Amino acid sequence: MSTGTRGSTGSIGTTEGIEALFADRLLQVHRDGRPTAPLSDELADAPLDLAYRIQQRQVAAWQAAGDVVKGHKVGLSSRAMQQQMGVSQPDFGHLTASMFHLEHQPIPAGRYLQPRIEPEVAFVLGAPLTGPGVTVAEAARAVEYVLPALEIVDSRIEEWRIGIFDTVADNASSGGVVLGSRPVRLPDVDLRLAGCTLHVNGDLVATGAGGAVLGSPLSALVWLANTVGPLGVTLEPGHVVLPGSMTRAFPIAPGDTVTTRIAGVGDVTAVLAREEQA
Amino acid sequence: MSEPSAPNWTVDSVATELLAAADAPRARSAISAEWPGLDVTTGYAAQDAALARRLARGERLTGVKLGVTSRAKQRQVGVDRPSTAWLTDAMALPAGASVPRSRLVQPRAEPEIAFVLGERLAGPGVTAARALGAVAHVVGAIEIIDSRFSGYRFSVADAVADNNSSGFFVTGPVVRRPEDLDLALEACLLEVDGEVVDSATGAAVHGHPAEALAFAANTLAERGRTLEPGWVVLTGGMTDAVPIRPGARIAAHFTHLGSITLDGGDRADH
Repeated sequence: MSTGTRGSTGSIGTTEGIEALFADRLLQVHRDGRPTAPLSDELADAPLDLAYRIQQRQVAAWQAAGDVVKGHKVGLSSRAMQQQMGVSQPDFGHLTASMFHLEHQPIPAGRYLQPRIEPEVAFVLGAPLTGPGVTVAEAARAVEYVLPALEIVDSRIEEWRIGIFDTVADNASSGGVVLGSRPVRLPDVDLRLAGCTLHVNGDLVATGAGGAVLGSPLSALVWLANTVGPLGVTLEPGHVVLPGSMTRAFPIAPGDTVTTRIAGVGDVTAVLAREEQA
Repeated sequence: MSEPSAPNWTVDSVATELLAAADAPRARSAISAEWPGLDVTTGYAAQDAALARRLARGERLTGVKLGVTSRAKQRQVGVDRPSTAWLTDAMALPAGASVPRSRLVQPRAEPEIAFVLGERLAGPGVTAARALGAVAHVVGAIEIIDSRFSGYRFSVADAVADNNSSGFFVTGPVVRRPEDLDLALEACLLEVDGEVVDSATGAAVHGHPAEALAFAANTLAERGRTLEPGWVVLTGGMTDAVPIRPGARIAAHFTHLGSITLDGGDRADH
């Protein structure tokens, strides 16, 4: 694996081979729990669309095994995170049914490698949303309601040593999601100025507001619709969209109990099982 | 080795030096490096001595400010409690004013939740519940902090002596009663040049701004002081302070306390 991977072109066979190779490597990490070195170590300057195709191959493999896409997550949606990654845009990943956990129900500890938690407001769509050209107005109309959410992000890359290529290939560092159970309608909450607190085992570890997410979480939904639209993807009714974290991601461990309270939206609690429960 | 002297620092000379540095304005090195005797208690004595001089020259005591109110900040500077400092009428800026750069060394901005007291609040033994009962109203604020120590390099005692890096402050346009707000979830978005750079809620302030107020009442009681009706209490930065560049546009948008914008002021004379 040397020079054949540089640049955006190269024979289709080669590119597909690379996609398959790296998708398989990440799928293997999901199976054996042993993180891999950053893919970008071997794929210098590879284009981002290659990373998305690696992501898509894993999603296809999960679907083939019976999992179902239930929505998307937007990542790198804060200015601080984008600067850290040296990018000026968010990224996205897929949420599948097996990633959804119930509130207050211990989440098996062995499921994650190096999990971190992020407080978010989840959009639940009531109507399809197809980009490009989606406006904030159309996005707001398509949202049936919002739910408080805790996203568990995780990385299949050693020690989270990720660049933009790595995290995109790794399904935008998706892990899991816990949704609160009280739907709130969009007109009833000012998502931009809604405050949130994040407590881990009773300690306040972070606070933030919705506007930390691309200026407003709704902007993340617009960006997602307009980004996946040209790829032939419609955001479907009933699907969940996680727009991005209102605070820094906070590392969590087996046995932790995490709660976020979001003003006007409500609260949600995630419980990580202790090791022995795993 | 060009220090004119290794001055025999005293509470009085520290107060004189730091007030002169604020007036100049100019920055200097940490005094604690020259005077090991400058501990937090001595620092507060110097802070009080500097206040006495401000009052003697006609400034009016109008409130207090808290600093180091977040757990993260406390860990960062190695303390386990907030600190307090004095506010005078000379530190209040009118709404819409530019940052007075000619009077500042290295200004930074931080959004805060501010209380205006309706009743006297005298410690010890003040609880957050009691403290909130003494609050007449709540406003948003941006504090323009500044340090008379180069690069904000100082010990806790230095900072206390320097009136906890006080500079100026501006309060917001919306006045709310405390009972109408959930201050733990009252949020602020901090923008620089139109871009959100940070966000936080009141819970970042000592767990709750009312806890910070109670702390102020109780800690000032140790020095025989009380919080007076009509005083403004700046409860401490909700986010990290951001440097104020010349010409920058700083904005704080609060959930229920309105928006405050601050013009970074003209480029300092080069």
